[in-house]
Amino acid sequence: MTAITFTLLVGSISALAGFLGALTGLGGGVVIVPVLTLALGVDIKYAIGASLVSVIATSSGAAAAYVKEGYSNIRIGMLLEIATTIGAVIGAYLAGFTSTHIIAIIFGLVLVQSAYQSLFSSNGIADNLVNSDKLARWLRLGSDFPLRGTRQEYGVQNVPTGFGLMFGAGALSGLLGIGSGAVKVIAMDRAMKIPFKVSTTTSNFMIGVTAAASAGVYLSRGYIDPRVAMPVMLGVLAGAFLGTKVLVHAPVRLLRIVFGLVIAVLAIEMIINGITGRV
Amino acid sequence: MDDVRLETFIGNLLRAGVLLAAFVVLSGGILYLLQHHAATLSYGHFTLESTALRSLAGIVHLALHGNSLGIMQFGLVLLIATPVARVALAVAGFYLEHDRLYVVISLIVLAVLLYSLIDGH
Repeated sequence: MTAITFTLLVGSISALAGFLGALTGLGGGVVIVPVLTLALGVDIKYAIGASLVSVIATSSGAAAAYVKEGYSNIRIGMLLEIATTIGAVIGAYLAGFTSTHIIAIIFGLVLVQSAYQSLFSSNGIADNLVNSDKLARWLRLGSDFPLRGTRQEYGVQNVPTGFGLMFGAGALSGLLGIGSGAVKVIAMDRAMKIPFKVSTTTSNFMIGVTAAASAGVYLSRGYIDPRVAMPVMLGVLAGAFLGTKVLVHAPVRLLRIVFGLVIAVLAIEMIINGITGRV
Repeated sequence: MDDVRLETFIGNLLRAGVLLAAFVVLSGGILYLLQHHAATLSYGHFTLESTALRSLAGIVHLALHGNSLGIMQFGLVLLIATPVARVALAVAGFYLEHDRLYVVISLIVLAVLLYSLIDGH
């Protein structure tokens, strides 16, 4: 394959991934790595390096829009980023010692979860508002968010549990080059009792910082190759931008089902290829 | 509402950083395709030939000499730097709000990021 063919092919696939990722709210990162490795035969570590770069681009690019909505909580984000960045650095180191077959199988298992989330999860679960416990009060994590025209106050609980889960989310992100937004939302929404909308927007804000921590390690190991990362980054950015423009008119329910099925197929392929040693 | 103003400023700055990085990567990419469009690569087993593309000093050196891979990689480094700048600005913002606890917390995050970027071996 010539350089121009490869660049255009990877750019188009990445644009489609970024577009669907923005429309479904799942991010495009999860499909980039399996498509690059399975369909184009790219070495999985270079695919992960390129994916990390695209994750930073979408997270940083969307930050301003999320802040404007008034949901994200910079204190919660910053505190938990201690856990995600340390986890990400450790995950990125582990990637250097882990065989590509194992990485492919772990990736497949994470894809199974993503597919399930895309197909069956319902957004807008009723928030269970709580008062902050002692540690969260000391850390001043509670805040307020817009609800029916006023500001609704919320508290935060179980900070140590959330912190531990965030460490795992960071390690997964460093090992697989994904945003692991799903684990971040579970840590905040389920464990720390933070309202859903605050959890998802704060998670998006944190994803870029987490990915930057592992990107540094990938860069110095030589796993960020501009010939792969260039079309991935530009494609995902263009696709995500288009996605946010048409979001209002999109049949999101149908798209989530289609995207979920695609991810499910990729999950099975990744696991099979990992076990048989072809990735 | 100090937090909101701080976050809005940071958010806009991040977007500007992403656009700048994308512009640099695109410029390097166009140059690369003009020079190497017909080159064939084995993307399954290729290694980064130039170790200069792994270090900041090497990347800057290549980019300044008009090397297309160096320019693309420099753009990618700019992109990786945007979240780092975000944390550095948060340190300054919390300092201006006299929030000592969160100055310390954001400094820890900044230290981990700088460690990974500078000493990633």
